[in-house]
Amino acid sequence: MNIDIDQSLRQILADVLGLSATQVAAFDAETGLFGHLPELDSMSVAGLLTEMEDRLGFIIEDDEVDGELLESYGSLLAFARAKLA
Amino acid sequence: MAEEAAIVFDRGRALRMLVVPALFDEANRLRRQTMELMRRLDRLGIDCFLPDLPGTGESLRPGESISLDDWRAAMASAAEHFRANHALALRGGALVRPNLPGPDHAPVKGATILRQLLRMRVLSAREAGRTERADDLLVRALTEGIELAGYRLGPAMVAQLEAAMPDEGRPVISQGDIGGGALWLRAEAGEDPVQADGLAQRVAAGIGA
Repeated sequence: MNIDIDQSLRQILADVLGLSATQVAAFDAETGLFGHLPELDSMSVAGLLTEMEDRLGFIIEDDEVDGELLESYGSLLAFARAKLA
Repeated sequence: MAEEAAIVFDRGRALRMLVVPALFDEANRLRRQTMELMRRLDRLGIDCFLPDLPGTGESLRPGESISLDDWRAAMASAAEHFRANHALALRGGALVRPNLPGPDHAPVKGATILRQLLRMRVLSAREAGRTERADDLLVRALTEGIELAGYRLGPAMVAQLEAAMPDEGRPVISQGDIGGGALWLRAEAGEDPVQADGLAQRVAAGIGA
């Protein structure tokens, strides 16, 4: 199941940000997201979160969205896993 | 309908398709791709018509007074005006399309559209150093209306969006059927010829063109 979350999250990032499959496959836990990927601006953050809700099946509250959430791929994945645990 | 603008490919052919656009910010991001799609439908032998939704684009009606019901009425009257015998809805267009044969492309619930718009506003307020909460904004929007992504939504629009669902009985062409990243999620409006080909061919095949 954890592998599925990982793959779904990579696919969502590829779809939302228009990144290639190769690019998202190379993400590791330390890969920086917000502030590191030029494709990820505040408008696409909203799209990313809503798409995560729709595809992974949970609700993200406003106060869960902070700088740490989108700091790295690892932090976003840990958040998604915690939501689905 | 006469007072609203429309993009039209009309060669008097038998297949006449109303294209119901995506809503709000997604309409902007899909504008170029929608044109790409219509050029291909035209080449596949389908006349097609893309009306402006009242209160958007070139329309002169103020957004505040518009509800989904107005958009439904406008799309129905556009279908009549252009003598459309088919319809294709893009994304939230599925919530306001006329009941003619033809698919919904990646239909979306009104509540999801609203949530996304509220979230964009909360995040941009936060970047500007202000704290807003989506829940509070929604409560206020239901009585006072609200401005989201540059659109002025009246209370009726907000309430109708919260409740609106696409008709599950209609054929759906999902983004997964076409492949590639969803263009309505991109920060910048874009176009993708391969996706436009894939969607146009599926639409045409589905209506026997």
